[in-house]
Amino acid sequence: MITKRIIPCLDVKDGKVVKGVNFEGLRDVASPIDLARYYSDNGADELVFYDITASAEGRALFTDVLREVAKTVFIPLTVGGGIRGVADFERVLTCGADKVSVNSGAIANPALIQEAAKKYGDQCVVISADIKRVNGAFHVFAKGGREDTGMEAIEWIKRCVGEGAGEVVVNSMDTDGVKKGFDIELLKKVCDAVDVPVIASGGAGSQQHFIDLFQQVPTIDAGLAASVFHFGEIAIPDLKKTLASNGILVRL
Amino acid sequence: MIAIIDYGVGNLFSLHSSLKKVGAETIVTSNAQVIKNADKILLPGVGAFEDAVKKLRNSGLDEVVKAEVKKGKYLMGICLGMQMLFEKSYEYGEHEGLGLLKGGVVPMKGYIDDSLKVPHIGWNALHYQKPHFLFKDCKENDCVYFVHSYFASNCADSVIATAEYGKELTAAVAKDNVLGCQFHPEKSGDVGLKILKAFCEA
Repeated sequence: MITKRIIPCLDVKDGKVVKGVNFEGLRDVASPIDLARYYSDNGADELVFYDITASAEGRALFTDVLREVAKTVFIPLTVGGGIRGVADFERVLTCGADKVSVNSGAIANPALIQEAAKKYGDQCVVISADIKRVNGAFHVFAKGGREDTGMEAIEWIKRCVGEGAGEVVVNSMDTDGVKKGFDIELLKKVCDAVDVPVIASGGAGSQQHFIDLFQQVPTIDAGLAASVFHFGEIAIPDLKKTLASNGILVRL
Repeated sequence: MIAIIDYGVGNLFSLHSSLKKVGAETIVTSNAQVIKNADKILLPGVGAFEDAVKKLRNSGLDEVVKAEVKKGKYLMGICLGMQMLFEKSYEYGEHEGLGLLKGGVVPMKGYIDDSLKVPHIGWNALHYQKPHFLFKDCKENDCVYFVHSYFASNCADSVIATAEYGKELTAAVAKDNVLGCQFHPEKSGDVGLKILKAFCEA
Protein backbone atom coordinates (compact mmCIF):
# COMPACT_ATOMS: atom_id res chain seq x y z
CA MET A 1 0.00 0.00 0.00
CA ILE A 2 1.09 3.52 -0.66
CA THR A 3 3.12 5.15 2.12
CA LYS A 4 2.54 8.50 3.83
CA ARG A 5 5.06 11.05 2.61
CA ILE A 6 7.26 13.32 4.69
CA ILE A 7 8.26 16.43 2.78
CA PRO A 8 10.76 19.08 3.83
CA CYS A 9 10.11 22.45 2.26
CA LEU A 10 12.94 24.78 1.26
CA ASP A 11 12.22 28.46 0.74
CA VAL A 12 14.95 29.81 -1.50
CA LYS A 13 15.93 33.45 -1.83
CA ASP A 14 18.96 34.62 -3.79
CA GLY A 15 20.21 31.05 -3.99
CA LYS A 16 19.97 30.38 -0.25
CA VAL A 17 17.48 28.57 1.97
CA VAL A 18 15.39 30.72 4.27
CA LYS A 19 12.37 30.08 6.44
CA GLY A 20 9.83 32.69 7.30
CA VAL A 21 8.15 32.39 10.67
CA ASN A 22 4.61 33.47 9.93
CA PHE A 23 6.06 34.62 6.61
CA GLU A 24 8.34 37.20 8.18
CA GLY A 25 11.83 37.39 9.66
CA LEU A 26 13.76 35.42 7.08
CA ARG A 27 17.01 33.82 8.14
CA ASP A 28 19.63 31.84 6.28
CA VAL A 29 19.92 28.12 6.92
CA ALA A 30 22.25 26.56 4.40
CA SER A 31 22.96 25.87 0.76
CA PRO A 32 19.82 24.45 -0.83
CA ILE A 33 21.92 21.94 -2.75
CA ASP A 34 23.59 20.59 0.40
CA LEU A 35 20.33 20.60 2.31
CA ALA A 36 18.45 18.81 -0.49
CA ARG A 37 21.10 16.11 -0.69
CA TYR A 38 21.08 15.75 3.10
CA TYR A 39 17.31 15.29 3.18
CA SER A 40 17.33 12.87 0.28
CA ASP A 41 19.98 10.75 2.05
CA ASN A 42 17.97 10.91 5.27
CA GLY A 43 14.53 9.66 4.38
CA ALA A 44 12.72 12.62 2.81
CA ASP A 45 10.14 11.29 0.35
CA GLU A 46 10.01 14.39 -1.76
CA LEU A 47 11.27 17.97 -1.66
CA VAL A 48 9.41 21.21 -2.20
CA PHE A 49 11.28 24.32 -3.28
CA TYR A 50 9.64 27.72 -3.10
CA ASP A 51 11.35 30.51 -4.97
CA ILE A 52 10.64 33.60 -2.88
CA THR A 53 12.82 35.88 -4.96
CA ALA A 54 11.24 38.84 -6.65
CA SER A 55 14.06 39.87 -9.00
CA ALA A 56 14.98 38.40 -12.38
CA GLU A 57 18.55 37.80 -11.15
CA GLY A 58 17.24 35.88 -8.18
CA ARG A 59 15.01 33.84 -10.46
CA ALA A 60 17.94 32.84 -12.66
CA LEU A 61 19.91 31.94 -9.54
CA PHE A 62 17.00 29.75 -8.43
CA THR A 63 16.90 27.74 -11.65
CA ASP A 64 20.69 27.27 -11.40
CA VAL A 65 20.20 25.86 -7.90
CA LEU A 66 17.36 23.64 -9.07
CA ARG A 67 19.44 22.21 -11.91
CA GLU A 68 22.28 21.38 -9.50
CA VAL A 69 19.85 19.73 -7.09
CA ALA A 70 18.28 17.63 -9.84
CA LYS A 71 21.71 16.37 -10.90
CA THR A 72 22.34 14.72 -7.56
CA VAL A 73 18.97 14.22 -5.84
CA PHE A 74 16.78 11.44 -7.19
CA ILE A 75 13.48 11.88 -5.41
CA PRO A 76 10.48 13.89 -6.65
CA LEU A 77 10.99 17.66 -6.70
CA THR A 78 8.13 20.13 -6.55
CA VAL A 79 8.81 23.76 -7.36
CA GLY A 80 6.70 26.82 -6.60
CA GLY A 81 6.95 30.56 -6.32
CA GLY A 82 6.59 33.04 -9.13
CA ILE A 83 4.71 30.64 -11.40
CA ARG A 84 2.58 32.97 -13.55
CA GLY A 85 2.27 31.18 -16.85
CA VAL A 86 3.08 28.08 -18.86
CA ALA A 87 6.49 29.57 -19.66
CA ASP A 88 7.31 29.36 -15.93
CA PHE A 89 6.29 25.70 -15.90
CA GLU A 90 8.61 25.08 -18.80
CA ARG A 91 11.44 27.00 -17.12
CA VAL A 92 11.45 24.85 -13.98
CA LEU A 93 10.50 21.53 -15.60
CA THR A 94 13.50 21.68 -17.93
CA CYS A 95 15.70 22.23 -14.86
CA GLY A 96 14.56 18.96 -13.31
CA ALA A 97 11.31 19.75 -11.44
CA ASP A 98 8.70 16.99 -11.52
CA LYS A 99 5.74 18.99 -10.29
CA VAL A 100 4.98 22.68 -10.31
CA SER A 101 3.05 24.39 -7.58
CA VAL A 102 0.88 27.41 -8.35
CA ASN A 103 -0.60 29.78 -5.82
CA SER A 104 -1.05 33.50 -6.57
CA GLY A 105 -0.53 32.76 -10.27
CA ALA A 106 -3.69 30.63 -10.29
CA ILE A 107 -5.64 33.24 -8.32
CA ALA A 108 -4.70 35.90 -10.88
CA ASN A 109 -5.37 33.56 -13.80
CA PRO A 110 -7.35 30.39 -12.96
CA ALA A 111 -7.11 29.24 -16.61
CA LEU A 112 -3.42 28.58 -16.02
CA ILE A 113 -4.25 25.33 -14.21
CA GLN A 114 -6.11 23.82 -17.13
CA GLU A 115 -3.60 25.09 -19.65
CA ALA A 116 -0.70 23.54 -17.73
CA ALA A 117 -2.55 20.30 -16.95
CA LYS A 118 -3.32 19.80 -20.65
CA LYS A 119 0.28 20.38 -21.61
CA TYR A 120 2.12 18.53 -18.82
CA GLY A 121 -0.54 16.27 -17.30
CA ASP A 122 -2.57 16.63 -14.10
CA GLN A 123 0.13 14.92 -12.06
CA CYS A 124 2.43 17.85 -12.77
CA VAL A 125 0.15 20.62 -11.52
CA VAL A 126 -0.07 21.28 -7.78
CA ILE A 127 -2.41 23.89 -6.34
CA SER A 128 -0.99 25.46 -3.21
CA ALA A 129 -3.31 27.56 -1.08
CA ASP A 130 -2.56 29.83 1.89
CA ILE A 131 -5.67 29.65 4.03
CA LYS A 132 -6.75 31.63 7.11
CA ARG A 133 -9.92 31.87 9.15
CA VAL A 134 -11.73 35.18 8.64
CA ASN A 135 -14.96 35.72 10.60
CA GLY A 136 -15.50 31.98 10.94
CA ALA A 137 -14.89 31.18 7.26
CA PHE A 138 -11.77 29.83 5.55
CA HIS A 139 -10.38 32.41 3.14
CA VAL A 140 -7.71 32.04 0.46
CA PHE A 141 -4.89 34.53 0.72
CA ALA A 142 -2.68 35.69 -2.13
CA LYS A 143 0.81 37.17 -2.41
CA GLY A 144 2.51 35.07 0.23
CA GLY A 145 -0.34 35.49 2.67
CA ARG A 146 -0.47 39.29 2.52
CA GLU A 147 -3.76 39.72 0.67
CA ASP A 148 -7.19 38.32 1.56
CA THR A 149 -8.88 37.37 -1.72
CA GLY A 150 -12.22 36.91 0.06
CA MET A 151 -12.60 33.56 -1.70
CA GLU A 152 -13.91 30.60 0.30
CA ALA A 153 -11.07 28.08 0.48
CA ILE A 154 -12.83 24.74 -0.03
CA GLU A 155 -14.71 26.00 -3.08
CA TRP A 156 -11.49 27.40 -4.51
CA ILE A 157 -9.63 24.12 -4.07
CA LYS A 158 -12.50 22.13 -5.59
CA ARG A 159 -12.51 24.46 -8.56
CA CYS A 160 -8.74 24.07 -9.06
CA VAL A 161 -8.96 20.28 -8.90
CA GLY A 162 -11.85 20.43 -11.37
CA GLU A 163 -9.59 22.40 -13.72
CA GLY A 164 -6.93 19.69 -13.54
CA ALA A 165 -4.74 20.23 -10.47
CA GLY A 166 -3.45 16.79 -9.52
CA GLU A 167 -2.38 17.54 -5.98
CA VAL A 168 -3.19 20.09 -3.27
CA VAL A 169 -0.91 21.72 -0.71
CA VAL A 170 -2.94 23.19 2.14
CA ASN A 171 -1.02 25.75 4.12
CA SER A 172 -2.89 26.92 7.19
CA MET A 173 -1.76 30.45 8.07
CA ASP A 174 -3.43 30.06 11.45
CA THR A 175 -1.16 27.20 12.48
CA ASP A 176 1.95 28.09 10.42
CA GLY A 177 4.97 28.99 12.52
CA VAL A 178 3.13 28.36 15.79
CA LYS A 179 4.37 24.75 16.14
CA LYS A 180 1.24 23.57 17.92
CA GLY A 181 0.18 21.00 15.34
CA PHE A 182 -1.38 20.84 11.90
CA ASP A 183 -4.77 22.40 11.20
CA ILE A 184 -6.79 19.20 11.50
CA GLU A 185 -10.18 20.88 11.07
CA LEU A 186 -9.21 22.53 7.78
CA LEU A 187 -7.36 19.47 6.45
CA LYS A 188 -10.35 17.20 7.09
CA LYS A 189 -12.56 19.56 5.13
CA VAL A 190 -10.18 19.62 2.17
CA CYS A 191 -9.68 15.83 2.16
CA ASP A 192 -13.45 15.33 2.19
CA ALA A 193 -13.88 17.74 -0.71
CA VAL A 194 -11.35 16.42 -3.25
CA ASP A 195 -10.11 13.01 -4.43
CA VAL A 196 -6.54 13.96 -5.35
CA PRO A 197 -3.57 13.75 -2.96
CA VAL A 198 -3.54 16.40 -0.21
CA ILE A 199 -0.38 17.62 1.51
CA ALA A 200 -0.66 19.21 4.95
CA SER A 201 1.47 22.25 5.70
CA GLY A 202 1.77 24.61 8.65
CA GLY A 203 2.06 23.86 12.33
CA ALA A 204 4.41 20.91 12.74
CA GLY A 205 6.36 21.27 15.98
CA SER A 206 6.86 17.72 17.18
CA GLN A 207 6.71 14.10 16.08
CA GLN A 208 3.37 13.79 17.86
CA HIS A 209 1.90 16.39 15.50
CA PHE A 210 2.66 14.12 12.53
CA ILE A 211 1.12 11.13 14.35
CA ASP A 212 -1.99 13.23 15.06
CA LEU A 213 -2.13 14.35 11.44
CA PHE A 214 -2.03 10.86 9.92
CA GLN A 215 -4.30 9.31 12.56
CA GLN A 216 -6.91 12.07 12.66
CA VAL A 217 -6.96 12.71 8.91
CA PRO A 218 -6.46 9.18 7.50
CA THR A 219 -6.91 10.30 3.88
CA ILE A 220 -4.13 12.90 4.04
CA ASP A 221 -1.17 11.87 1.87
CA ALA A 222 1.76 13.84 3.21
CA GLY A 223 3.02 16.15 5.91
CA LEU A 224 5.20 19.10 4.93
CA ALA A 225 7.38 21.19 7.22
CA ALA A 226 10.43 23.41 7.09
CA SER A 227 11.98 24.82 10.24
CA VAL A 228 11.54 21.75 12.46
CA PHE A 229 13.57 19.82 9.90
CA HIS A 230 16.05 22.60 9.06
CA PHE A 231 16.94 23.24 12.69
CA GLY A 232 17.20 19.57 13.52
CA GLU A 233 14.30 19.62 15.98
CA ILE A 234 12.88 16.60 14.18
CA ALA A 235 15.16 14.14 12.38
CA ILE A 236 13.22 12.52 9.54
CA PRO A 237 14.57 8.97 10.15
CA ASP A 238 13.44 9.20 13.81
CA LEU A 239 10.09 10.61 12.79
CA LYS A 240 9.51 7.77 10.33
CA LYS A 241 10.40 5.14 12.93
CA THR A 242 7.95 6.74 15.35
CA LEU A 243 5.23 6.82 12.70
CA ALA A 244 5.85 3.18 11.79
CA SER A 245 5.66 2.12 15.45
CA ASN A 246 2.29 3.89 15.60
CA GLY A 247 0.98 1.80 12.72
CA ILE A 248 1.40 4.48 10.07
CA LEU A 249 2.81 3.16 6.80
CA VAL A 250 5.98 5.00 5.77
CA ARG A 251 8.97 4.31 3.53
CA LEU A 252 11.84 3.28 5.80
CA MET B 1 26.58 3.49 -24.32
CA ILE B 2 22.93 3.73 -23.33
CA ALA B 3 20.57 5.62 -25.62
CA ILE B 4 17.66 7.47 -23.98
CA ILE B 5 15.14 7.97 -26.75
CA ASP B 6 14.02 11.56 -27.11
CA TYR B 7 10.80 11.69 -29.11
CA GLY B 8 9.47 14.94 -27.65
CA VAL B 9 7.68 13.53 -24.63
CA GLY B 10 8.56 14.52 -21.11
CA ASN B 11 11.54 15.65 -19.25
CA LEU B 12 14.67 13.55 -19.58
CA PHE B 13 16.90 15.63 -17.34
CA SER B 14 16.52 13.45 -14.23
CA LEU B 15 16.77 10.16 -16.10
CA HIS B 16 19.95 11.32 -17.81
CA SER B 17 21.39 12.57 -14.50
CA SER B 18 20.53 9.36 -12.66
CA LEU B 19 22.30 7.23 -15.25
CA LYS B 20 25.36 9.45 -15.03
CA LYS B 21 25.19 9.00 -11.28
CA VAL B 22 25.44 5.20 -11.60
CA GLY B 23 28.39 5.63 -13.92
CA ALA B 24 26.73 4.81 -17.22
CA GLU B 25 27.72 6.46 -20.45
CA THR B 26 24.43 7.85 -21.68
CA ILE B 27 23.15 9.89 -24.56
CA VAL B 28 19.75 11.52 -25.05
CA THR B 29 18.98 11.09 -28.73
CA SER B 30 16.42 11.02 -31.51
CA ASN B 31 18.99 9.82 -34.04
CA ALA B 32 18.37 6.33 -35.45
CA GLN B 33 22.07 5.69 -36.06
CA VAL B 34 22.98 6.58 -32.48
CA ILE B 35 20.29 4.19 -31.23
CA LYS B 36 21.63 1.46 -33.52
CA ASN B 37 25.14 1.99 -32.19
CA ALA B 38 24.05 1.99 -28.53
CA ASP B 39 24.44 -1.07 -26.29
CA LYS B 40 21.09 -0.60 -24.61
CA ILE B 41 17.97 1.49 -25.11
CA LEU B 42 15.77 3.32 -22.64
CA LEU B 43 12.28 4.37 -23.68
CA PRO B 44 10.93 7.03 -21.31
CA GLY B 45 7.49 8.62 -21.41
CA VAL B 46 4.98 10.72 -19.53
CA GLY B 47 1.58 12.06 -20.46
CA ALA B 48 -1.14 10.45 -22.55
CA PHE B 49 -0.65 7.13 -24.38
CA GLU B 50 -2.15 8.14 -27.72
CA ASP B 51 -0.09 11.31 -28.02
CA ALA B 52 3.14 9.57 -27.01
CA VAL B 53 2.79 6.56 -29.29
CA LYS B 54 1.91 8.89 -32.20
CA LYS B 55 5.01 10.96 -31.58
CA LEU B 56 7.17 7.84 -31.42
CA ARG B 57 5.69 6.53 -34.71
CA ASN B 58 5.98 9.90 -36.43
CA SER B 59 9.65 9.98 -35.50
CA GLY B 60 10.06 6.56 -37.13
CA LEU B 61 11.95 5.43 -34.05
CA ASP B 62 9.36 2.75 -33.18
CA GLU B 63 10.66 0.62 -36.07
CA VAL B 64 14.28 1.30 -35.12
CA VAL B 65 13.60 0.17 -31.57
CA LYS B 66 11.77 -2.95 -32.70
CA ALA B 67 14.59 -3.89 -35.07
CA GLU B 68 17.21 -3.45 -32.34
CA VAL B 69 15.15 -5.55 -29.92
CA LYS B 70 14.94 -8.27 -32.55
CA LYS B 71 18.75 -8.30 -32.71
CA GLY B 72 18.76 -9.00 -28.97
CA LYS B 73 19.54 -5.53 -27.63
CA TYR B 74 18.19 -4.69 -24.16
CA LEU B 75 15.29 -2.25 -24.11
CA MET B 76 13.72 -0.85 -20.97
CA GLY B 77 10.56 1.26 -20.96
CA ILE B 78 9.84 3.57 -18.06
CA CYS B 79 6.34 4.58 -16.92
CA LEU B 80 4.42 5.37 -20.13
CA GLY B 81 7.44 3.99 -21.99
CA MET B 82 6.74 0.63 -20.34
CA GLN B 83 3.05 0.83 -21.21
CA MET B 84 3.92 1.40 -24.87
CA LEU B 85 5.71 -1.98 -24.99
CA PHE B 86 2.34 -3.75 -24.80
CA GLU B 87 -0.10 -4.63 -27.57
CA LYS B 88 -2.79 -2.15 -26.68
CA SER B 89 -3.86 0.64 -24.40
CA TYR B 90 -7.42 1.49 -23.46
CA GLU B 91 -6.63 5.04 -22.32
CA TYR B 92 -9.26 7.29 -23.92
CA GLY B 93 -10.20 4.81 -26.65
CA GLU B 94 -8.16 1.93 -27.98
CA HIS B 95 -4.62 2.42 -29.24
CA GLU B 96 -1.97 0.11 -30.65
CA GLY B 97 1.25 -0.17 -28.71
CA LEU B 98 4.57 -1.56 -29.90
CA GLY B 99 3.39 -5.13 -29.30
CA LEU B 100 6.70 -6.30 -27.82
CA LEU B 101 4.92 -7.71 -24.77
CA LYS B 102 1.63 -9.54 -24.46
CA GLY B 103 -1.09 -7.66 -22.61
CA GLY B 104 -2.95 -4.39 -22.51
CA VAL B 105 -2.97 -1.17 -20.53
CA VAL B 106 -6.23 -0.52 -18.68
CA PRO B 107 -7.60 2.12 -16.27
CA MET B 108 -7.23 1.70 -12.52
CA LYS B 109 -10.62 3.36 -12.00
CA GLY B 110 -13.25 0.66 -11.85
CA TYR B 111 -10.63 -1.97 -11.02
CA ILE B 112 -9.38 -0.81 -7.65
CA ASP B 113 -11.59 0.24 -4.76
CA ASP B 114 -13.47 3.52 -5.34
CA SER B 115 -12.19 4.96 -2.08
CA LEU B 116 -8.58 4.92 -3.37
CA LYS B 117 -7.25 7.99 -5.10
CA VAL B 118 -6.34 7.83 -8.78
CA PRO B 119 -3.63 8.53 -9.97
CA HIS B 120 -1.64 6.15 -7.81
CA ILE B 121 0.96 8.70 -6.66
CA GLY B 122 3.71 8.10 -4.17
CA TRP B 123 6.08 5.51 -2.76
CA ASN B 124 4.91 1.93 -2.75
CA ALA B 125 6.64 -1.35 -1.94
CA LEU B 126 7.76 -3.77 -4.63
CA HIS B 127 6.66 -7.39 -4.42
CA TYR B 128 8.86 -9.59 -6.58
CA GLN B 129 7.00 -12.22 -8.57
CA LYS B 130 10.01 -13.81 -10.25
CA PRO B 131 13.72 -13.49 -9.58
CA HIS B 132 15.21 -10.98 -12.01
CA PHE B 133 18.58 -9.30 -12.37
CA LEU B 134 16.96 -5.84 -12.25
CA PHE B 135 16.29 -6.41 -8.56
CA LYS B 136 19.51 -8.20 -7.66
CA ASP B 137 20.47 -5.45 -5.17
CA CYS B 138 16.94 -4.79 -3.89
CA LYS B 139 15.20 -6.13 -0.80
CA GLU B 140 11.62 -7.22 -0.21
CA ASN B 141 9.47 -4.15 0.59
CA ASP B 142 11.89 -1.68 -1.00
CA CYS B 143 9.77 1.30 -2.07
CA VAL B 144 9.77 3.04 -5.44
CA TYR B 145 7.95 6.12 -6.73
CA PHE B 146 4.82 5.72 -8.85
CA VAL B 147 2.70 8.24 -10.77
CA HIS B 148 0.08 6.61 -13.01
CA SER B 149 -3.64 6.12 -13.63
CA TYR B 150 -3.43 3.11 -15.99
CA PHE B 151 -1.66 -0.20 -15.55
CA ALA B 152 -0.58 -3.21 -17.57
CA SER B 153 -2.93 -6.18 -17.32
CA ASN B 154 -3.18 -9.68 -18.83
CA CYS B 155 0.60 -9.85 -18.82
CA ALA B 156 1.21 -12.79 -16.47
CA ASP B 157 4.08 -14.08 -18.63
CA SER B 158 6.12 -10.88 -18.22
CA VAL B 159 5.31 -9.59 -14.70
CA ILE B 160 8.36 -9.64 -12.44
CA ALA B 161 7.14 -7.28 -9.71
CA THR B 162 3.86 -5.86 -8.47
CA ALA B 163 2.75 -3.16 -6.05
CA GLU B 164 -0.33 -3.42 -3.86
CA TYR B 165 -2.84 -0.59 -4.21
CA GLY B 166 -6.18 -2.07 -3.29
CA LYS B 167 -5.24 -4.83 -5.72
CA GLU B 168 -1.97 -6.04 -7.22
CA LEU B 169 -0.77 -3.67 -9.93
CA THR B 170 1.96 -4.47 -12.46
CA ALA B 171 5.11 -2.67 -11.30
CA ALA B 172 7.79 -4.20 -13.52
CA VAL B 173 7.91 -6.55 -16.49
CA ALA B 174 10.56 -8.52 -18.34
CA LYS B 175 10.49 -10.93 -21.24
CA ASP B 176 13.92 -11.86 -22.59
CA ASN B 177 15.59 -8.55 -23.54
CA VAL B 178 12.44 -6.40 -23.20
CA LEU B 179 12.07 -4.81 -19.75
CA GLY B 180 9.84 -2.20 -18.21
CA CYS B 181 9.15 -0.32 -14.98
CA GLN B 182 5.82 1.33 -14.27
CA PHE B 183 7.49 3.35 -11.51
CA HIS B 184 10.18 6.00 -11.99
CA PRO B 185 13.58 4.52 -11.03
CA GLU B 186 15.15 7.96 -11.62
CA LYS B 187 12.91 9.34 -8.85
CA SER B 188 13.12 6.37 -6.48
CA GLY B 189 16.20 7.31 -4.48
CA ASP B 190 18.85 4.66 -3.81
CA VAL B 191 16.55 1.77 -4.71
CA GLY B 192 15.88 3.30 -8.11
CA LEU B 193 19.58 3.87 -8.72
CA LYS B 194 20.28 0.20 -7.89
CA ILE B 195 17.70 -0.87 -10.47
CA LEU B 196 19.16 1.43 -13.12
CA LYS B 197 22.65 0.20 -12.32
CA ALA B 198 21.52 -3.42 -12.70
CA PHE B 199 20.09 -2.56 -16.11
CA CYS B 200 23.28 -0.78 -17.16
CA GLU B 201 25.42 -3.73 -16.10
CA ALA B 202 23.28 -6.39 -17.78
